[in-house]
Amino acid sequence: MMQPLQSSALLVRPATSARNAERANARASTPAATDAPKMRAEGLKAFFGNVEVLKGVTLPVEEKTVTAIIGPSGCGKSTFIRCLNRMHEVVQGARVSGKVLLDQQDIYGTDVDPVRVRRRVGMVFQKPNPFPTMTIRENVLAGLKLNGIRPKDPEELVERALRQVALWDEVKDALGRSGTSLSGGQQQRLCIARSLALEPEVLLMDEPCSALDPIATARVEELIHELRERYTIVIVTHNMQQAARVADFTAFFYLGELIEYDSTDVIFTGPSEKRTEDYITGRFG
Amino acid sequence: MTRDRRRKLVDGAVRVLCLLATALALVPLGLVLFYVASRGIGGIDAAFFTELPKPVGESGGGMANALVGLACLFGIPPGVLAGVYLAEFGNHRFAKLVRFSADVMSGIPSITVGIFVYTLIVLRTKSFSALAGGVALAVLMLPTVTRTTEELLRLVPESLREAALGLGVPKWRATLRVVLRTAAPGIATGIMLAIARVAGETAPLLFTAFNNAFWPTGLAQPTASLPVQIYTYAVSPYDEWHRKAWAAALVLVAMVLLLNVSARLLVRHRVRSR
Amino acid sequence: MSSLQKHTDREYEAELEKLKEQVLLMGARTEELLSQAMRAFAERDAELARSTLRADQQIDQLELDIDHLCLKILARRQPVASDLRFITSAMKLVTDLERMGDLGVNVCERVIELSAEPPLPATTSVTRIAEAALAMLHDALDAFVSGNTALAEEVVERDGTVDAYYAQLFPELLQLMMKDPDSVFRATRLQSIAKYLERVADHATNIAEMVVFMVRGKDVRHAFALAHGDG
Repeated sequence: MMQPLQSSALLVRPATSARNAERANARASTPAATDAPKMRAEGLKAFFGNVEVLKGVTLPVEEKTVTAIIGPSGCGKSTFIRCLNRMHEVVQGARVSGKVLLDQQDIYGTDVDPVRVRRRVGMVFQKPNPFPTMTIRENVLAGLKLNGIRPKDPEELVERALRQVALWDEVKDALGRSGTSLSGGQQQRLCIARSLALEPEVLLMDEPCSALDPIATARVEELIHELRERYTIVIVTHNMQQAARVADFTAFFYLGELIEYDSTDVIFTGPSEKRTEDYITGRFG
Repeated sequence: MTRDRRRKLVDGAVRVLCLLATALALVPLGLVLFYVASRGIGGIDAAFFTELPKPVGESGGGMANALVGLACLFGIPPGVLAGVYLAEFGNHRFAKLVRFSADVMSGIPSITVGIFVYTLIVLRTKSFSALAGGVALAVLMLPTVTRTTEELLRLVPESLREAALGLGVPKWRATLRVVLRTAAPGIATGIMLAIARVAGETAPLLFTAFNNAFWPTGLAQPTASLPVQIYTYAVSPYDEWHRKAWAAALVLVAMVLLLNVSARLLVRHRVRSR
Repeated sequence: MSSLQKHTDREYEAELEKLKEQVLLMGARTEELLSQAMRAFAERDAELARSTLRADQQIDQLELDIDHLCLKILARRQPVASDLRFITSAMKLVTDLERMGDLGVNVCERVIELSAEPPLPATTSVTRIAEAALAMLHDALDAFVSGNTALAEEVVERDGTVDAYYAQLFPELLQLMMKDPDSVFRATRLQSIAKYLERVADHATNIAEMVVFMVRGKDVRHAFALAHGDG
């Protein structure tokens, strides 16, 4: 008999729903120590000068899951994700109030170094941005080199990072080529490898597939599926089908507020809020 | 059809006008090059580069290099750092003051700079010196280097800065090791052009390095330089020295031309290799 | 369907409207077929029965068309939430309607057989079942149009009544058969008709349950059976 939840299989590829089932079982059998969310925003407000862009957001980010943030343009989703690794304050005149907890510690605490936060919470951007003056190898190691960290075995690190993003086989004979000589999709995977080389705990992705063609997008999404085993991922996307395909949990933002947060299945088969319903079915925005 | 033909005629006419205007603009350059070449070529021979009492080519060239080298030493690091400061903190009030000063400085007549350095250094040390000459040239270079650095740093896409910050790199290190490194080729080109400009300056050197008929033994002594040498020979009453002046002028023009052309070629090579 | 706002994409909105219209059309045709079949039964009119069962072709064709339309919308629009529930409900609803059409055809076939025979006194009991079942179908379709979940839930309840009627009919017919062995042929035919009508009521219940799911996202199917451990 067809269950309502299974109707989401029309949106999610069959292999994925099998994987989801596996993972749900695995999670159910792990001890309750992992019950606390990896990250949690509490009453988070963000400002550009005097303009309030995020109006008090409280949202958990569960460990080793993919959380998608969706919403129309200008709803604050990019601002929110940049508050998670203290990138928001880099812009002149930007400030934040409220708390963001990483493993129960407030990253906006008085004696917390934002630079250290960003090494635990990595970020991948919308437009692939490998460093143009560096080779592929140097790009992967850039996070370490620029921080003065000398890896014990750089070649092994490069190989491991590139294998994680399924780029090793494609570039292993051309590690000395410039980082910008790769295709768009490859560049984006290189940027992901660059972030992963620092072994962050959380990976933030700000519309990572917007600049990529459908096949490259599919590859990156496949990568996200695999990365989920080891990292906690938060992805901002304006493509709802992508959120439906990729995310375990989805949060809907509108005009700087969190409207609804729930498991992706629930959001896409029967959300509680009318505004969520209207947005995802395409009745506004 | 007539509208189309009329448009084509107007297009052709304007095109011809532009070509004429360009030719007109190039005439002075052409004349100068031709004149210098034809007058100067006669005076160049092996002896020209090595004779001491009329040490034009080698010593003049060599010492000019020393002066320019000093100018680079004094002018480039502050210029680049000022450019970095302006690019990163461009909106502070002090930065606006710095930028304004740089723009004003680039318009100061070079002879004024010469007098300024004369008052500052030559009078204090009571002698003309290569050091003073270097400082004068550095002051002339400074605004160009600063503004070029700032412009090029601004051209580096914000995404690169963000990428570095996202990797947990502190801002200063991100600026230096990523942004500056990316803009480096462009900045180098800008510096070369600044050097090309000061290599031909005569007026400031008249007041600072002055001239020296002999090989100088140190930086604290007056030094010969190509432009000043040309001036000295040109105003002299001897025909022979006039010929030497022309030859020196040819050498100077050739050097500056060479610097400019290599700067342009370097840019094109870098762009093509991307 | 639950939102009063229209889709930003007017073509999409139009497709959903068309789907709804087609489903209602099919519902209307099915209702018509069944009530005509029952009229043929009441009037013992074999001719009417014959023409009625030909109408089932249209219903079958509508099922194909609607399924095709649903498939197209799913492929092109990737619907979610209420739209998704609407479309998947429509696909299932249509199956129920098509089965009801077939059941109506079965009734007509039995009517043709019975019309050649003298009438049997148990016909009123059968009519009672028919009226209840057809009312359930009508109300279920009403609930679909208006999104009235209260009505839909009520329809689900009424299935019990129809089951009761059927349960009462069976011993009545048995009595008849034991008293008059000649009536066995007719009695079994009557029993078949009653069975078909009881199945119509079941299908109407399915439709009502899908309406509840479509509007409220709550799956109420098999609730009674699962709760009470019945097979």
